[in-house]
Amino acid sequence: MMFELQESTTDDGTTVLAVVGELDVGSAPRLRQELVRLAADEGRAPRVVLDLAGVDFLDSTGLGVLLGGAKRFRAQGGDLALARAEPQVRKVLEVTRVIEILPVHDDLGAALAALPRA
Amino acid sequence: MSDVELEIPARPEYLSLARQAVAAIAAVEPRFRVERIDDLRVAVSEAITNAVEAHAAVGESARIRIRCHLDVDGDRITVEVVDQAGGFDPETVPVVPEVEDPSRLEHEHGLGIPIMRELADETDISPHGRGTAVRLVVYRSPTVAARPTSAPDGARPPGGLS
Repeated sequence: MMFELQESTTDDGTTVLAVVGELDVGSAPRLRQELVRLAADEGRAPRVVLDLAGVDFLDSTGLGVLLGGAKRFRAQGGDLALARAEPQVRKVLEVTRVIEILPVHDDLGAALAALPRA
Repeated sequence: MSDVELEIPARPEYLSLARQAVAAIAAVEPRFRVERIDDLRVAVSEAITNAVEAHAAVGESARIRIRCHLDVDGDRITVEVVDQAGGFDPETVPVVPEVEDPSRLEHEHGLGIPIMRELADETDISPHGRGTAVRLVVYRSPTVAARPTSAPDGARPPGGLS
């Protein structure tokens, strides 16, 4: 099963993490590990955009990792912003109402703008 | 179509394969809506994930059985996921707080069963032998799901894996 994380950093130091593949109990530990690393890595409040455009499957295990990441980042004064979810991925966020605490932004710009200032 | 049975080792790396196989069976019926197949894929994934985790918890290496039945008129698919991990009581699964509750972020687990109930048209979790059986029914479209199932023309009871 293909699963990839592609990381880049914007000029103001925000991390953009593109997730590609299926996010389930098999792959979720890798994303969790990366989010934990980002939370520990940054001496300042972690600001991370998670680009979901390449995610074609998300289930409760993946959701749990997103919630865990947001919790960690928020505790440090930062945040996790989700962007560009496919309809089937957005639906899982909607039926669980997780979307109300982790909104999905239509593009990367909107997600970047939603993060607290660096 | 008669039942199709799939047996997988209780390990996460088989989850994707099982999801794809079940989705492909539903897709045999061309009128099965794509978004309903997406719902099916997620619901089945939750059921198998629970089975895989239950097996990991009891250290069982036994296999998970997935039985699929696309009914004769192609209106719905019934998927039964059976594990041998000692069984569990869905009533004892902790209830996660509502999203309005600030402690909601503390709960990374417990969403699997609510997702199954939300995305499948019928969800039934029951003890089965040495484990648990989860039975999921997904209709090909919301219109078909809304149709009364107790039609007087000798229709079978809904969801039977006969």
